[in-house]
Amino acid sequence: MINKIKRNMLKRQIPLLIMILPGALWLLIYNYIPMLGVVIGFKDFKYSRKGFFHALFSSEWVGFDNFKFLFHTRDAFLVTKNTLLYNLSFIILGTIIAVVFAIALSRLRNQRLAKLYQTGIFLPYFMSWVVVSYFLNVFLNPEYGYLNNILISMGSDPINWYTEAEYWPGFLIFMGIWKNTGYSAVIYLATIAGIDKGYYEAAMLDGASEWQQIKHITIPSIVPLIIVLTLLSIGRIFNADFGLFYQLPKNSGPLYPVTNVLDTYIYRALKYTGDIGMSAAAGLYQAVVGCMLILISNRLVTRIDSEKALF
Amino acid sequence: MKSSKISILNRKKKAMDLPLGYNVTINIIIALFCLSCVIPFLFIIIISFTDEMFIIENGYTFFPKVLSLNAYRYISEAGSQLFQSYGITIFTTVAGTMLSLIVIGFYSYAISRKEFKFRKFFTFMCFFTMLFNGGMVPTYIVMTQLLHLKDTIWALILPLMVNAWFILILKTYFTMTVPDSLIDSARIDGAGEFRTFFQIVIPISLPGFATIALFNTLNYWNDWFQSLLYITDPSLTTLQYLLMKIENNMEFMINNASNLGGGESYLLLQNIPRSTTKMAMVVLCTGPIILAYPFFQRFFIKGLTVGAIKG
Repeated sequence: MINKIKRNMLKRQIPLLIMILPGALWLLIYNYIPMLGVVIGFKDFKYSRKGFFHALFSSEWVGFDNFKFLFHTRDAFLVTKNTLLYNLSFIILGTIIAVVFAIALSRLRNQRLAKLYQTGIFLPYFMSWVVVSYFLNVFLNPEYGYLNNILISMGSDPINWYTEAEYWPGFLIFMGIWKNTGYSAVIYLATIAGIDKGYYEAAMLDGASEWQQIKHITIPSIVPLIIVLTLLSIGRIFNADFGLFYQLPKNSGPLYPVTNVLDTYIYRALKYTGDIGMSAAAGLYQAVVGCMLILISNRLVTRIDSEKALF
Repeated sequence: MKSSKISILNRKKKAMDLPLGYNVTINIIIALFCLSCVIPFLFIIIISFTDEMFIIENGYTFFPKVLSLNAYRYISEAGSQLFQSYGITIFTTVAGTMLSLIVIGFYSYAISRKEFKFRKFFTFMCFFTMLFNGGMVPTYIVMTQLLHLKDTIWALILPLMVNAWFILILKTYFTMTVPDSLIDSARIDGAGEFRTFFQIVIPISLPGFATIALFNTLNYWNDWFQSLLYITDPSLTTLQYLLMKIENNMEFMINNASNLGGGESYLLLQNIPRSTTKMAMVVLCTGPIILAYPFFQRFFIKGLTVGAIKG
């Protein structure tokens, strides 16, 4: 009898195992085998005709040489600094702007207008960085671009925007925020819409002004979400948005000092210089620091609101 | 009694009134930001209908004096690459989204079943990939050296197919919307796991699936990164990658127009209205996203609340 139940239980596991198989295989191939590949960072990797695993095992161990090489150049420091500073400004400015917009949209008298604004602000989120780079180019193009048209019509000299590094931190921060504000604003707006209307009615009866309502009801209700989202972005602060930094500056060399971030650096080391070992070392450096940051920020999230934590 | 009621009403009215200056300022700021989101696309549409000679003389303008359909005429004559790319993008988007839904759906369902013995193991297997990954370089080497997927359509479909985040969202969705008793009763009626999944779980969880499908569709349609890494074959060029290529190399559109002789393609190159054709290509490649946008946006906002169950 017990055997029969056991056999039945076992029988039930089989279809579930079949279901999980394709996904598990995918995770194995795209996540776990590449995790083994982190040893490439410690090897002088050479492609082998006998296939991937042969190449992996037969390449010579070089210890920390790749890392030494990476951190001896000024590049490693520069791209780390760029990655951190850009992401930090996205976290700070991006959050402030999204929250202000969300509150303002929820407060607009004309809610139909608010819907219209929301539709407009959300649009860039749906465009790829390739298309956005065209958007930027119609303004910055050195020959026909709109900005240079204005400069010329005002009697100034046109500027070759794609070689002048000083303007790009501003452009990149603006474009990064421009593309993602709609998404974050919608998230905050959804939370604001969920606040119990009773609070506002009670506050109004007590004569609270618009500003007092925002300060004492709206903002306190979204603070937990702000903290959680901010901590999660801090967990990803080592990962830059590849498209933003690769597409918009059009791979222009003079701009590298302000546009090169970890992700673009690794990509270029892989595709252009072909230094696989060093590029894998840079990738491992990014993955390890990123992992620690996620663990730390998640611990902090758990303290604030354990429901919102990743784990 | 009466007077106090009136005073409450009065106070209520006063509190409702927005400070006029505040309302106007916020309105203007949001309206400007909103315009900055919409105008670049309008500008590109205008440029695509401008006469090429007019641009060479005056640069890009919002109010061109000479209009022309040459860019579109040119694309319809020489742009066979565009149709090829449309085919590739539509195929990868549809096939990728379908495959992704099946694989993610199965995986999430299996780890949402309490009687599944390896539930914890596979949940962790999925979850761990969010913490740590091998990075770009090992993945690239696995794709090219182990799987030999360079220059195949699979290179565009497989890497974007599964995402740990989607699996966990859908799993949470299942546990919240599909009651255990329903699945048990299906089992008592003799339905197997697969039948239960397709006939009971999917119909109940359609909103969850729709959200994942929307994210997937957008990811596949807008992807250029996989092409950048793995695709050199022009016949596998997606729309986004095509836009990237013609940015620097207008000839790409023509070189691959298979049935043109050398002399004829040279003539076509000579008369190419370069900048307007590029913009027309942007319009044609982004068109479907813009048309689907109102629909997309509505479901996205609904979907965000689905995702908000976790995260």
